[in-house]
Amino acid sequence: MKVDWRASASLVGRVTKYLSVAFVVPVATGLVYGGRGIVPFLVTGAVAIGLGSALERLDDDPDIGAREGFLMVAATWFVVSLVGTLPYMLEHLTIQNGSLVHATETTLQRPENALFESMSGFTTTGATVIGSFSFEDHTRALMMWRQMTQWLGGMGIVVLAVAILPELSVGGAQLMDAEAPGPGIEKLTPRIAETARALWVAYAGITVLEMVLLYGLHVGGLAPNMTAYNAIAHGFTTMSTGGFSPEARSIEAFSAVVQWLIIPFMVAAGVNFALFWHVTRGNPRKLIEDAEFRAYAGVIGALAAIAASILYLDPGLAGATTDAAAQHYDGVAAGPITHTFPIFGDVEGALRQGTFQAVSIVTTTGYASMDFNAWSGAAKYLLVFAMFVGGSAGSTGGGIKIVRWVVIVKSLRRELFTTVHPDAVRPVRLAGKALDERAIRGIYAFTLLYFVIFFVATIALVVDATLAGRPESLSVLEAMTAIAATLGNIGPGLELVGPMGSYIDFSAEAKVFMVVLMWIGRLEIFPVLVLLTRGYWSS
Amino acid sequence: MRVVVVGAGEVGSNIAASLADAHDVVVVDNDPERVEAVTYRLDVLAIEGDGTSLAVLEEAGVENADMFIASTDSDETNMVSCATAKTVSDAFTVARVRKTDYLTTWRGAEGAFGVDFMVCTDLLAAQTIVRIAGLPGAQDVDSFSDGRVRMAEFEIPEGSSLANQTVASADRFDSLTFAAIFRNGDVEIPRGDTRIETGDRVVVIGSPESCRLFAAEVTPETGLEDSDDVFVVGGSEIGYQTAKLLQSEGLTPRIIERDPERARELAEDLAESVVLENDATDIAFLEREHVSDADLVVATLPNDEENLLVSLLAKRLGAKRTVAVVEDGDYTDVFEAVGVDVAVNPREVTAEEITRFTREEHTQNVAILEHDRAEVLEIEVSAESLLANRTIADATSDLPRGVVVGAITRGDAFVTPRGDTVVEPGDHVVVFIDTEVLAEVESKL
Repeated sequence: MKVDWRASASLVGRVTKYLSVAFVVPVATGLVYGGRGIVPFLVTGAVAIGLGSALERLDDDPDIGAREGFLMVAATWFVVSLVGTLPYMLEHLTIQNGSLVHATETTLQRPENALFESMSGFTTTGATVIGSFSFEDHTRALMMWRQMTQWLGGMGIVVLAVAILPELSVGGAQLMDAEAPGPGIEKLTPRIAETARALWVAYAGITVLEMVLLYGLHVGGLAPNMTAYNAIAHGFTTMSTGGFSPEARSIEAFSAVVQWLIIPFMVAAGVNFALFWHVTRGNPRKLIEDAEFRAYAGVIGALAAIAASILYLDPGLAGATTDAAAQHYDGVAAGPITHTFPIFGDVEGALRQGTFQAVSIVTTTGYASMDFNAWSGAAKYLLVFAMFVGGSAGSTGGGIKIVRWVVIVKSLRRELFTTVHPDAVRPVRLAGKALDERAIRGIYAFTLLYFVIFFVATIALVVDATLAGRPESLSVLEAMTAIAATLGNIGPGLELVGPMGSYIDFSAEAKVFMVVLMWIGRLEIFPVLVLLTRGYWSS
Repeated sequence: MRVVVVGAGEVGSNIAASLADAHDVVVVDNDPERVEAVTYRLDVLAIEGDGTSLAVLEEAGVENADMFIASTDSDETNMVSCATAKTVSDAFTVARVRKTDYLTTWRGAEGAFGVDFMVCTDLLAAQTIVRIAGLPGAQDVDSFSDGRVRMAEFEIPEGSSLANQTVASADRFDSLTFAAIFRNGDVEIPRGDTRIETGDRVVVIGSPESCRLFAAEVTPETGLEDSDDVFVVGGSEIGYQTAKLLQSEGLTPRIIERDPERARELAEDLAESVVLENDATDIAFLEREHVSDADLVVATLPNDEENLLVSLLAKRLGAKRTVAVVEDGDYTDVFEAVGVDVAVNPREVTAEEITRFTREEHTQNVAILEHDRAEVLEIEVSAESLLANRTIADATSDLPRGVVVGAITRGDAFVTPRGDTVVEPGDHVVVFIDTEVLAEVESKL
């Protein structure tokens, strides 16, 4: 049995073709703001339709099995990310003296940067290589596209395809399983397309709610900078746990009320969306009874409390104000930044900053409400730890996922027990239900592989810096958090790649390498790695 | 009363045997050998055929039957038989099942499957085991009046503080009645001056609390406590149900099951138990798991001989008490004679349960003692009863020896019956009756 790559390619083509519909949003944005920057999207849309149709023709009646499913999912994400690079590269391209030139040079115009930004967007990583956050340098259309890639990637491009494309109804579960975060998927309805639709409806619904509330704060005068544009942009990137913000200072650019409002939405984004479906079906107990949700709530609560306590007690942060924002800030609505404050001894400030950052990292959103690079050691390392927790299965969050940690902790406890009672048969239970031993093995394998990749990739990044002749420019913490942030689809790391920094200084090779990490991280490693095995391609 | 019994296996033929004296019994079985055996052994009509077939049931005269008892080994056959009987008759249907799931369904929708009363053999056996386990030293325990009255049978061990005392001096318990003493196979109705001897089996009836106090007096051991080490050997349905009941009492039983698949099943189902996968006759394993410290070992393996072996092994290692399931009723005495503390026969338990429905209407509950040597009944006193509006001393003088009123409940209140207690209509009385006078007495009460 050989892999029917034509079938996979054909479906990738179909998804790519339909992706062009999404270009409506940046085009519309461009039209609202005077028509600036819509041409790259028209061109990219045409390319997507052309490429998609061509691929689609490889197989008239694609029939996908498990193997074709992996290939299709992995390839979809790569092809979509590739198509997504075009608007970045085409921006400001004009004809001067008969040749194509860039009227304005931006960092995104380099192919490796465009690919990095595009993959970072679709995988909801939120790591950026943008040099300048300014609507002078980048059009509003392009910046909106950047937020929108995250929203499309959040609940999953393939899940969306399964929801919309009738030909994916058979094998759809297979595809969603390869893409959806966490071990296994939960069918909410007998038909997989309906399940996919239910998840997207919940996702879109909460997104719209957040946009409305954010804009409501602006209208109510509580959030001077939260214009309609920003409300939409941040709605796109909160619920997808993406973390891209059109503001250089991320959420620091907004008032404390906005920061408080975004916290519950980030928390919601890290919850298994199937639970929302149950809640809207009049079954709210499902939420409380869910073992992963409880662990998730506990982890977030504990990390937020610890982070807030450290910030509150740390006199080193006495002078840490966010004045710096004023210098960098070049956002839309000019106006004073209202939230400069010392954190030390400030209950509300410590609670808000601690909670915001803990939630932001655990859910892998990657927003920053202040430059947490300035935090003291203990608080910073807490965030490094949080990078390995991850959101819930079936959420938009990345990372290792809470449910895996719950299973690991429980099975380790079992190991301790069976050391004393070697004959004991003890299933690992999740909310009273016994787990299959194979599933537990899979979870161990995934987690181990995750760490192996993390360490090997960290070394590779350091080697790359050495080869480039500037090993001193990359600290261990930078290298480790850069890898953890891209592999876990988090976004910001610490120091160089901190929340106010960027990945721009890495070499082109390192950026491409991290593109691969984001890709395999989003698909939870196996669907991509399996393509590299010989057994996959031969019989 | 005309009774149709489907299934002439051990349970079916035992039920038929116990009903044959007083009722017209028809037995249906599809095994010709069993049919023949029943025909010659019992005074009943035995018909060969499938109990789920309407034609066969009509041949058995099910239309005129008052009671229909399906007691084959197959749950499904029993339920379908009842449903079939219901299509042509108004008989009260009784089905014996093993699977607790069916019982749960039936309880949720009484009358489901065409069954009017469902007896779950394994659950009953498990309930009996746990009840006995709750009273150390007890040979048999039964509840009456929604649990307000308890009947317990104790064997007086050597060195007990009760040995060589008279009943009068042993009667230190507020709401407890000495109903009978079984001595050398005879039933003795105790009087104040009756002396209790080592080896006697004393039947007491009283409030649960006084039974517990009495149990503590009989043996220094205490009943089951949360911290107790309890082993259930064998993951059969009885073992599973026993563990489940123990779990619900707050204990953490350890279940030993040698089949890996079944062990896994049990472990998935019983979250509060510890399932150990090994052969319970492996002494090294038993030592490793400290069976020597066990407060109770329940043997529920499917095989009587193995249950005996495991119980004796556990005893030998130091386990305090052992309860063994005995499938063959003939062995119960042997088991208890060689050192198993209590032997429970699921078939006997089932027979007890089914016998309830063959009693006259006013009988609420029944316990059979010492393999049908005596019975303890719960009766609601009607105005016509011999007991109504009389003192107990007065009433019992009109009754033969071998009848003892053990407890009375009036509404929610417990009344300790003494000679001058007046019984009122509507009271529930729990009476000990020697089987010899049962037929004579029952109609009068």
